Amino acid sequence: MDTFVQQLINGLTIGSIYALIALGYTMVYGILRLINFAHGDIYMVGAYAGFILATSMGFAANPSAFGFVITLVGAMAIAAGIGMAIERFAYRPVRKFSKMTTLITAIGMSLLIEYLFVFIFSGTPRSFPQLITNDNYTLFGNATISTSQILIFVVSILLMILLQYIIFYTKIGKAMRAVSFNLNSAKLMGINTNFVIAFTFALGSALAAAGGVLTAQYNPKIEPLMGIITGLKAFVAAVLGGIGNIPGAVLGGLLIGAAETLVVGYGSAIGIPSTYRDAVAFAILILVLLVRPAGLLGSNVQEKV
Amino acid sequence: MPSWVKSFLVGVVLIALLYMMNAMMSSGGFFGIGVDDYQGRLLVFIAINIILATSLNLINGFTGQFSIGHAGFMAVGAYSSAYFTVNHGKAIEASFGFLGETVASSVVLLIAVLIGAIVAAIAGLIVGIPSLRLKGDYLAIVTLGFAEIIRIVILNIEAVGGATGYQVSGYANFLWVGIFAVITVVVVHNIVKSDAGRALVSIREDELAAEAMGVNTTRYKVTAFAIGSAFAGVAGVLFAHYNKFLSTNDFQFIKSFEIIIMIVIGGMGSMTGAILGAIIVTLLPEVLRQLPDIQLGATVFKIADLRLVIFALILILTMILRPQGILGTREFGLNWLKRPRKIDEGTSAVGADAGTPISQEREAKRLAEEDKD
Repeated sequence: MDTFVQQLINGLTIGSIYALIALGYTMVYGILRLINFAHGDIYMVGAYAGFILATSMGFAANPSAFGFVITLVGAMAIAAGIGMAIERFAYRPVRKFSKMTTLITAIGMSLLIEYLFVFIFSGTPRSFPQLITNDNYTLFGNATISTSQILIFVVSILLMILLQYIIFYTKIGKAMRAVSFNLNSAKLMGINTNFVIAFTFALGSALAAAGGVLTAQYNPKIEPLMGIITGLKAFVAAVLGGIGNIPGAVLGGLLIGAAETLVVGYGSAIGIPSTYRDAVAFAILILVLLVRPAGLLGSNVQEKV
Repeated sequence: MPSWVKSFLVGVVLIALLYMMNAMMSSGGFFGIGVDDYQGRLLVFIAINIILATSLNLINGFTGQFSIGHAGFMAVGAYSSAYFTVNHGKAIEASFGFLGETVASSVVLLIAVLIGAIVAAIAGLIVGIPSLRLKGDYLAIVTLGFAEIIRIVILNIEAVGGATGYQVSGYANFLWVGIFAVITVVVVHNIVKSDAGRALVSIREDELAAEAMGVNTTRYKVTAFAIGSAFAGVAGVLFAHYNKFLSTNDFQFIKSFEIIIMIVIGGMGSMTGAILGAIIVTLLPEVLRQLPDIQLGATVFKIADLRLVIFALILILTMILRPQGILGTREFGLNWLKRPRKIDEGTSAVGADAGTPISQEREAKRLAEEDKD
């Protein structure tokens, strides 16, 4: 039982990160119907931005909560800027073209970021400095939770509340909902759709960067290709929850994180070796989509003739 | 000249050409003209990529189904046939030994290709039947998911080497790879030009309308998917028996993306476009590898290290400047020399070229007009 609680805590930690990244996928898809394959790489960019900030501003030498907050916010701001630049220079020119064209542009963008970072920082992994003292707290039984895990839970919940507030209680949030409902009608109502789309990219990228910095506190190894698999799983999480649906992205992320660690922990007992870890997310996704083609929380829109 | 005579002559010329190129790769060269191993390898990979791109074009370009997991079926073909040749190849070769070494190894390769194609087609059916009920992006992510699952399952089968990789005998050479590339192109071309091909294009244009016209859309979609998968399997067989070593890393989702890039860059729904795309995507990174270093002051910039960055930039710029791909809706052919053809809107779907979907063209036009204000 203790190990079950332990596995669940570890799973939900990873799941929270998936959820943070999945939010960006789902928001962009909701507005542009674009699978932004470069989003997983923004998560990596966030981790590197945090790494540079933490080492260049001396937070690495004197770890403090203040240093962590500055690193986190700084990395989020940098990633937001990069996200907006990507939208402006790569996605906006192809927005009106077919789905395949936009998909290839997104894949191209993803390759561009990955190999630019390999060129600049080399492919060798770096160690992210520990910015907070990492203690282990014993919960009931023998299950433990570390400071970095608590940090991941607290920060992700705060960011999700903030996102909920922005989307439902601010003017720009209202505009985002309008644009995702119908882009052309929103334009007719006088909404500056280009600005709203850029803002959506900034918001999603900032969340992914927060995920990057938080992961780096939990597991300090960062490398330029770390965003590929994590990004893909986060995208699966977004589709699982119902793409375009914000609570769905969070639910999907947590589910996939938990399922993954449970397979690693208990899979061998029922004949699934732990090496199947990366296949679990896809297997769940396929099973769910075959029963509910629009995802867990997605609404099934009937096609009209 | 009757058309079958023409086809026969073209076939003879093609085989002779492939035989000549194959001879050029041997140590003696073809009448002294030879290509080195590196160039020969590139030519083989171009031919394998042509098979992959053409077969994916049948699914994505002509039937309009958004599949991005083609590498998974390639892996199925590669591993199933490699398992066969590793365990039974030597025995079959020995029993056909009286026909000479070349014929015996060719027989083994042909059986391997057959096995790879059948197993990949079955895998295509298993994946296709449930998932082709989904549309658009959902289908895309499910095919991607299946491809990854296939890869991870293979990674866990110790009988085919698991994570350490799998040693295979080299039964394939350029001649066979080239012949199968030609066969793939001819078969896909004939499918597209047949009644069934019309049904496939009608599904791409408007699935509901096609269904209303009596096209059994599910059956056609699944058939196209299985045929495409079978050819991906053939490409896998040839890759396995040319490369002589298989690792699941060769079949990651980036490989599927590479095949998608080939057909989009060449022009979706264009046979010659897919071939052109396969050539470009194979050669471009190699060409960029030759880029010279640039010296600025004391520091030397190795531009060749940036080749993948440059490749990605070229990809993005192509999409921005020429979103319909290099050839777009057209086919490259001898007709180009006669007169420039203009395809009227509304006829492209069922005319000589099964080009860009009409709906897509109209949508682009409508959006372009909207964008003016």
